[in-house]
Amino acid sequence: MVKIIILRTAGTNCDLETEWACFKAGAKPSRIHISNVTSKRINLLDYDVVIIPGGFSYGDDLGAGKVFANEINWKLKDLLEKFREKGRPIIGICNGFQVLVKGKKLPFWNKQTASLVWNDSGRFEDRWVYLGVEKSISPFFKNMPEIIRFPVAHAEGKFILKNNFLLTKLEKNKQIVLRYVNPSGENAPYPYNPNGSTAAIAGVCDETGLVVGMMPHPERAIINIHQPDWLRNQNKEVYYYGFQFFKNVIEYCL
Amino acid sequence: MGRIKNIFVFMFLIGCFIYPAGCISTVMFPVPDTLLHQDYGNRMGIPTANGAILFDPAYLYNILVYCGTVGIMPKKAVKKTVKPDFLIVVIGNRTGRDGIHGATFSSASLEKNIPTSVVQIGNPIIEKKILDALMVARDKNLYSAITDCGAGGLSSAVGELSQECGAIVYLDRVLLKYPDLKPWEIWVSESQERMVLAVPPKNFSSLKKIFEAEDVEYACIGKFTSTKRIEIYHGKEIVGNLDLDWLFGKGQLPALTAFFEEKKTADIIPENIEIKDVFLHLLGDPVIASKEIVVRQYDHEVQAHTIIKPLLGFNSSGPSDAIVLAPLYGKYEGIVVSCGINPWYGMIDPYHMAGCCIDEALRNIVSCGGDPEKTAILDNFCWGNCNDPLELGKLTRCVKGCRDFALKYQVPFISGKDSLNNFFTKHDQTIVSIPGTLLISAISVIKDVTKSMSSDFKSAGNLIFLIGKTNNELGGSRLFNLLNITGGCVPHAIPEISMPAMKKLHTAITENLVRACHDCSEGGLAIALAEMMIGSGYGAEIELEKVSCPVKEPVVALFSESQGRFIVEVDQTCIDKFEKLFKGLPCAYIGRVIPDFSLKIFYGDAVILDLDGEQIKQKWSGAITW
Repeated sequence: MVKIIILRTAGTNCDLETEWACFKAGAKPSRIHISNVTSKRINLLDYDVVIIPGGFSYGDDLGAGKVFANEINWKLKDLLEKFREKGRPIIGICNGFQVLVKGKKLPFWNKQTASLVWNDSGRFEDRWVYLGVEKSISPFFKNMPEIIRFPVAHAEGKFILKNNFLLTKLEKNKQIVLRYVNPSGENAPYPYNPNGSTAAIAGVCDETGLVVGMMPHPERAIINIHQPDWLRNQNKEVYYYGFQFFKNVIEYCL
Repeated sequence: MGRIKNIFVFMFLIGCFIYPAGCISTVMFPVPDTLLHQDYGNRMGIPTANGAILFDPAYLYNILVYCGTVGIMPKKAVKKTVKPDFLIVVIGNRTGRDGIHGATFSSASLEKNIPTSVVQIGNPIIEKKILDALMVARDKNLYSAITDCGAGGLSSAVGELSQECGAIVYLDRVLLKYPDLKPWEIWVSESQERMVLAVPPKNFSSLKKIFEAEDVEYACIGKFTSTKRIEIYHGKEIVGNLDLDWLFGKGQLPALTAFFEEKKTADIIPENIEIKDVFLHLLGDPVIASKEIVVRQYDHEVQAHTIIKPLLGFNSSGPSDAIVLAPLYGKYEGIVVSCGINPWYGMIDPYHMAGCCIDEALRNIVSCGGDPEKTAILDNFCWGNCNDPLELGKLTRCVKGCRDFALKYQVPFISGKDSLNNFFTKHDQTIVSIPGTLLISAISVIKDVTKSMSSDFKSAGNLIFLIGKTNNELGGSRLFNLLNITGGCVPHAIPEISMPAMKKLHTAITENLVRACHDCSEGGLAIALAEMMIGSGYGAEIELEKVSCPVKEPVVALFSESQGRFIVEVDQTCIDKFEKLFKGLPCAYIGRVIPDFSLKIFYGDAVILDLDGEQIKQKWSGAITW
């Protein structure tokens, strides 16, 4: 059975639903406080997947995810390096994405080339967005239509890159996994792009495609009735595309 | 699966709903207020999913903010036991000077010489750490009783726990934010994020391990005794020694005078009303208009339980009556949470305000699929100067209303709270009390959340029914507020009709006879129809003369705020069953859903209103844009 470690710390708050999503998709998830990993009570390498869930780690007091990012960058550097070398997925959702970007893991391993900054609106916003599923090197977005919907709920989700050259590189490498779009799949302004991200980027992966980070919450879009307008649609499928995402991750590990 | 089940069944926080009944002189005013809550709930990971925001100049001197939280706990954790020799353990935040006399401040008027120390400085992450640690400790039965440090801080928390036995407390062992707090300051400080536990001595070492793993600070500050006294030490010095029987004994209750005179209300029918103008103005009335800009700043779906969200329908643009949460992962049992509040009715008659608030809270529950017979309510009073016999008279009348209507609706009050003496003394010594304000929150259960209901129209061609009777009850209505008319007949809740209708409606919803359901509240029938349209992209064609109303005036039928009314969308194929169900109850066909996005209202042959949906939507959603 695929073993997933959901790394949490003070202020993590999407760990329970992430655990359920993993469980539902067929894995064996464990919510583990990072102190257990840094103190070596738990060996990260005993797990097949690392997920850093959403929340406000350490209150986001020094910038979203910054303290947790320093922790994984300094205290777990070698462990995560080994984990990645073994070809095991590392996934960051929302605050977890912020942690991976600021902890020099995304979009390029061991370099900080990007950041997630305050939304253009200057506000925390919770809304369902349309996402274009890009043709990327990441194996976790297969069996999905071109446009899906997940909710976003963040204040600091505007993805920015150090320079334009990096954007070209990301596009050429097919490292962009999700983009904010309008219902017809086109690039569109706020509120379709909820935070003003560069090139409407909602999620990216690293050069291997196995380290993935995204601002939207797939774990809040597991079942059909998670959708805000489920009473309007005729689709009676039980599961929604957030479920497919977790299933893809697990199937990759099998 | 066993482990997972444990966590979920014992999970604690599901919803937090916030209802600032703010004031505006400029619309910017309530913003910092709402933001504060948003920040705490979001960081804690508690979905803030239901609420209301009201505006009236009468709250200029005292803004009110109500909030509440719902949780689930295992039955075994309900009972609290405190025995002599159990340890008194304080966990979480350190104690500082913040929040000394905070409880007194909550009713005080905001004057320039209030010390800053009355405001507690919150830290949601410490609270989250406490929560994470306590859930583990609770499931391992490591403590036998727990209480939070609310008003009065340690004095009330330790006092409450030791009521049956006694306690000895060493204030110098309390962890402090900074040195040199005086013993009394430590004893009464209301610094936030502190909990007091009663811990059997044998469990203390296991408990410590949990707190250390979750990075939670703790201090053992004393123990419970059998002396029936609270003995308080600071170092070797005794700083307090109180007899508990005296402390918890019956005090002398003050006798106060209350006075209320029921006003004779005359029926007022406003004349020469340009309905289109009035309707558009009401849509942009801040009390009625979309609060989307605020709702989105609260994370209302963290924990992935929120099935009926505060904004729903086409493009998530329509308003929801209540929220439905499925708090147990993988299960379809749910809870429904709603509220009812309307201080304007209370300005005319607080007794009927109580009835209307209960009726509204129940209507909201039923509209989303909740069972009215399995609903519990709570009351929150915020009142003015209670030394004034007139204000106290209104409060007495409101309380009586709560009692009478709860009995008539057969809904239990399970909790409540009050904040009295919310008044402000102006420079010329005149006292301005807030309008007596009552919030009724309701909580209900739903067996299967996939049977929830929403307010947006579902498809063109479906028929629209109005359940309930419309009377000329415009007193305290949004229309009269707009027209600056005081007086008029305030809406009367009629439990004898309302409750049977709600039970039938609940049956109709569970039996899939209903496609959409919305209650008529502020702004009456007209606003409710507009709200159902906005969330759907469809329009409605209404034959107003079909609305059962003793006064043959369109303005009354459209804007009266009579209670117990619902607008229901029914599929053509279900009409027979639906009408049969409502036999003997007020339920009338009033129109149908049309494919083009517009609201057309006829009265006989006359066109009363013909408005484009986009204009309606723009007016409603564009009014509040802080």
